[in-house]
Amino acid sequence: MTTEVGSETEVKKEPEKAEEQPAAPEPPATNQTDEAKAEEAAEQSNESPALATDSAEAPTEAKENQEEAQPADNATGQEGEDPPASPPASEKKGISRFLPPWLKRQKSQSAVGPKESQVTPKEEGGVVLVKEEGEKAEQAEAEQTSLTTAAEPQVEEEQVKGEENKETEEGGEEKKDQEERLKPEGGHYFIKSPLKLTKKVKMVMCHVTMLDGSQFPCEVEKRAKGQYLFFKVCEALNLLEKDYFGLSYKDNADQMCWLDPTKEIKRQISNASWQLAFNVKFYPPDPSQLTEDITRYLLCLQLRQDIASGCLPCSFVTHSLLGSYSLQAELGDHDPDEQRLDYISDFQFAPSQTKEMEEKVVELHKTHRGMTPAQADTQFLENAKKLSMYGVDLHHAKDSEGVDIMLGVCANGLLIYKDRLRINRFAWPKILKISYKRSNFYIKIRPGETEQFESTVGFKLPNHRSAKRVWKVCVENHTFFRLMTPEAPTKAKFLTLGSKFRYSGRTQAQTRQASTLIDRPAPYFERTSSKRISRSLDGGSHLWALGNFISFFMYFSQMRLHFLIPQSGKLRVQGENIYVRHSNLMLEDLEKTQEDVLKHQASTSELKRSFMEATPETRPSQWEKRVQETVVVEEIRVAPKGSVTITTPEVVVAVETEVEKPKEEVIEEVKEEVEAQKRSVSVSSDSHSESEEEAGEYHPQVTVSASVDQIKEEPEKEEAKDHEEPDQVAEPVAEPESLPEVEVDAMPSPAVVEETPVAEPETALVAEEKEEEEEEEQPRVNGDVSHAETERIPQVICCSEPPVVKTEMVTISDTFAAQKTEIATKEVPIVHTETKTITYEAAQLDGSGDGEPGILMTAQTITSESLCTTTTTHITKTLKGGLSETRIEKRIVITGDSDIDHDQALAQAIKEAKEQHPDMSVTRVVVHKETELAEEGED
Amino acid sequence: MAGVMTGFGNFTHAVVRAIPSSLAKEALRMNVLDVDLVKAQREHEVYVGVLKHKLGLQVIELPADESLPDCVFVEDAAVVCGDTALITRPGAESRRKETEAMRRALKELDLNIFEMSDENATLDGGDVLFTGREFFVGLSKRTNQKGAEILADVFKDYAVSTVPVTDGLHLKSFCSMGGPGLIVIGSSEPAQKALKIMQQMSDHRYNKLTVPDDIAANTIYMNLPSKGHVLLHCTPEEFPESAKVFEKLKDHMLIPVSNMEKVKVDGALTCCSVLINKKAKV
Repeated sequence: MTTEVGSETEVKKEPEKAEEQPAAPEPPATNQTDEAKAEEAAEQSNESPALATDSAEAPTEAKENQEEAQPADNATGQEGEDPPASPPASEKKGISRFLPPWLKRQKSQSAVGPKESQVTPKEEGGVVLVKEEGEKAEQAEAEQTSLTTAAEPQVEEEQVKGEENKETEEGGEEKKDQEERLKPEGGHYFIKSPLKLTKKVKMVMCHVTMLDGSQFPCEVEKRAKGQYLFFKVCEALNLLEKDYFGLSYKDNADQMCWLDPTKEIKRQISNASWQLAFNVKFYPPDPSQLTEDITRYLLCLQLRQDIASGCLPCSFVTHSLLGSYSLQAELGDHDPDEQRLDYISDFQFAPSQTKEMEEKVVELHKTHRGMTPAQADTQFLENAKKLSMYGVDLHHAKDSEGVDIMLGVCANGLLIYKDRLRINRFAWPKILKISYKRSNFYIKIRPGETEQFESTVGFKLPNHRSAKRVWKVCVENHTFFRLMTPEAPTKAKFLTLGSKFRYSGRTQAQTRQASTLIDRPAPYFERTSSKRISRSLDGGSHLWALGNFISFFMYFSQMRLHFLIPQSGKLRVQGENIYVRHSNLMLEDLEKTQEDVLKHQASTSELKRSFMEATPETRPSQWEKRVQETVVVEEIRVAPKGSVTITTPEVVVAVETEVEKPKEEVIEEVKEEVEAQKRSVSVSSDSHSESEEEAGEYHPQVTVSASVDQIKEEPEKEEAKDHEEPDQVAEPVAEPESLPEVEVDAMPSPAVVEETPVAEPETALVAEEKEEEEEEEQPRVNGDVSHAETERIPQVICCSEPPVVKTEMVTISDTFAAQKTEIATKEVPIVHTETKTITYEAAQLDGSGDGEPGILMTAQTITSESLCTTTTTHITKTLKGGLSETRIEKRIVITGDSDIDHDQALAQAIKEAKEQHPDMSVTRVVVHKETELAEEGED
Repeated sequence: MAGVMTGFGNFTHAVVRAIPSSLAKEALRMNVLDVDLVKAQREHEVYVGVLKHKLGLQVIELPADESLPDCVFVEDAAVVCGDTALITRPGAESRRKETEAMRRALKELDLNIFEMSDENATLDGGDVLFTGREFFVGLSKRTNQKGAEILADVFKDYAVSTVPVTDGLHLKSFCSMGGPGLIVIGSSEPAQKALKIMQQMSDHRYNKLTVPDDIAANTIYMNLPSKGHVLLHCTPEEFPESAKVFEKLKDHMLIPVSNMEKVKVDGALTCCSVLINKKAKV
């Protein structure tokens, strides 16, 4: 509670500062004064999607401000009590109550639209990003401030929960929305949260056809992004290696399309049916490398479907052989006593199967005696993978002479078929560029040994949509199979101009890496029969009621982020349809590999988290970069405005408390504020990760590199991003520069423009403001109890600053320094040194830390498990600009039913962390909550 | 039952056909050369003897048909892969009837027989290179696109890529498989060009063994249980330089087989047999 108060006070200060500064510099500053509204407006302008939310937010912010003011007073006095009161307590849900108003705001903002919220964050942002799930707000509160008062929060939370539930159920969505706006929205899953932000949450029932033919009904918010649904499905399947899969739908022309996870479902599905299908999107060339049997099983189901439908042609012998393995997997050993031919004919082994084939199947089935279902699946795949059309995605087209051909996109490249004959093949390394224009699809071919010039091959597709579809599939397959990471590390790499579309998921290399981290007993799953008449498995059987998974992420460090860095505009390049690939990519990637590996390892916990949390997976680097850029922009905006709104994705309540050190609680509070601001930034990043969908829209391609360079923290904050982050760190230096360049090239997307201008001035202002605020606030804060909880965590830090190029950064750093000075004195000396820069960063919150690239010195991940909690500690040491920074990231996953007191658990975890690392400050606490479907729906 | 694409080079049976007297005068040929019928027949006897006695294959010997001067070149009449056989429609009108005896023989071996009934399709088995993982079909004077399509339809498990054959009679007139993943290729420009096309079209990587003489690149590879890698290739008398190249294959059992007379009517080593892997019934 105290913390909350403290935060509030801080908040007040911040706004004030913000106002002062803003006046001078720019509109953003004014925004700060105006706070929420201005910010919102800006955000809205920048972010198209969240508009609705923004509007909603504005009021909230106003309220928040009021609230903040009150809390501030309280804070000065005593922090603990305020929180509940300050927010419209009754309305707020558990954690949210505890949280300071700004935090709430952040949450609400985040909830509204991660994208927008990110932008706004400054005022509030300084504080903590709290994303509360509407339902389970608990965590968020716990995280930031309330941590100290573990008991209270818990109780409150419970109450809140109860209220929430009631509200949700009774009040209806609108009420919830309102509440959410004002407060942290319920912590929907990341995915949901963005949607939730909207005032009115309309729920829609999706029907997903699973690979076994069953229907999976899933209620999602009308504005939910594809990813949300996808994660729900994977969750229901208990599938971890989900990167090979995707959701598909039929467009108006009855063409199968992949649902873009980063975009809203309703914008993609043309018809009103909301009927989708879960399918294998990337066929692993070597299924034996898959980690889990369940993944292979699902791949088998897909292949059986492909075979039965004729999409995957096989000879008679192969049909028979594969069929026999299917029987073995589903029926077990052949039973000589049973007359099974009739039964067998219920199975479909081929598009058209004869009695002869069935007899052959049975004959072969007899030879598999003793084979387990998993072994039979493996044998099935070992044979199926050799089929020439395995994993080849065919598209009708005409060549330059109007001859009907088929374009086959696969792991190795582009295949050209005429009838059933392969008449040409373009391996990915041979292709320099892929593009489409109108209904034409082009590939630019690398010149051969004897050729001097590149040649371009054009194909005519039936229409524009199909041309784009082929292009997208090519981009995705190339990225997935050929790149180590989706990101484009260097400018050079990122030549990608063109449609904003990029593959945003993990690459095969990444997913393999991630899979190595899977550490769970093989999940039980029921093999359903491949009979023609599929058993009606109710979706229910597949729907596992999810317990509540709550994971807390705490980040300790001293760094502050400067997210903002200039990258913002870069990413978006509007070339419509061009996808430039570097044939050398693999080589380049290889270079990165080791680092990546380290990072990946480090991020192991992240992976788990992501799985557990259903956090969106890491996006391709490009995507990340863009996102980050976006983020930056947001931050900038935030700074001026001072609004804390956090883009945090729905799900997570991320409270980042930066406690500068254990030294003084006050400091912590201050930092928290700062952090909050930063958080906002960070939030934005979070939003990226979480709401790839949401964020994706804006900045579809966030390149990791950018994030790396500029914002370390952000990445960390984001679970999903974490993985990426490490990589980023490694590459950062080059990237940042590149990014700017990219920006130039990039389209002048609105967001960018706004960002750029605003950013610099804003930052400066912000920094100043922050400094002032911090100073004032800090003292007060010190007294606050809340710090105690959060504070202890920290370990490290030092700061770093990175080489952020932007002036903005500098300003920020100054601010920070100021803050630190006061606080810092008490704090570690190291900090002082770095101080200015660092501090500012801190002040700026996320930005400072994140922005800095730095050299990754060491990384280690420690995991410990107990009954219902898994604690993963990830320690990274980074050298930045001569300063070494240690970051400790703890992930605590609490699994259990709702009856577990999450708040208490969180508070306890934070306490322990603090005790363990008295020297460090807590820079961020992210509470991620996963609730049951029902709950989500409620939200 | 073996899985898809296993046991490349495993053969148990061979179908051959005797040389008719009409070969000397009437067999088709690209260059006008006189054939010594007796020498040719002796040569063929040695060839069959190697398959039967040296390698232990069960050899089905079809009788010669005087009305079919080219009937000794059985390879063109059928493509056999695994348990599946495609009876071709040879590009040369005069050879169409060669398939009848082949069809009967293969049916007796209980293979799944597919026919090439499309009257627009032509395909000579000599244009079909099976690498163990995929097919390459030469589009030549004897083989057209339609024939290749039908082959692709029959062998659905495999990729079937087409390769233009501008010089020479058949695709296999300048190349063959010398082992798993090893393509023996002639050094002529057309041969090298075809190899590049094949490499580009394939998802798989192949090693190549280049020999100075195109026709010497036509070899017969087998992987036999008791013998290991076996390669039938040209004799030093015919192509001394190329024969030296084969000497480099240390892991192979090298069996030089003379083909001096049959080559005059464009017959290569592979042309004279259809190899079949007929495993014990599963």
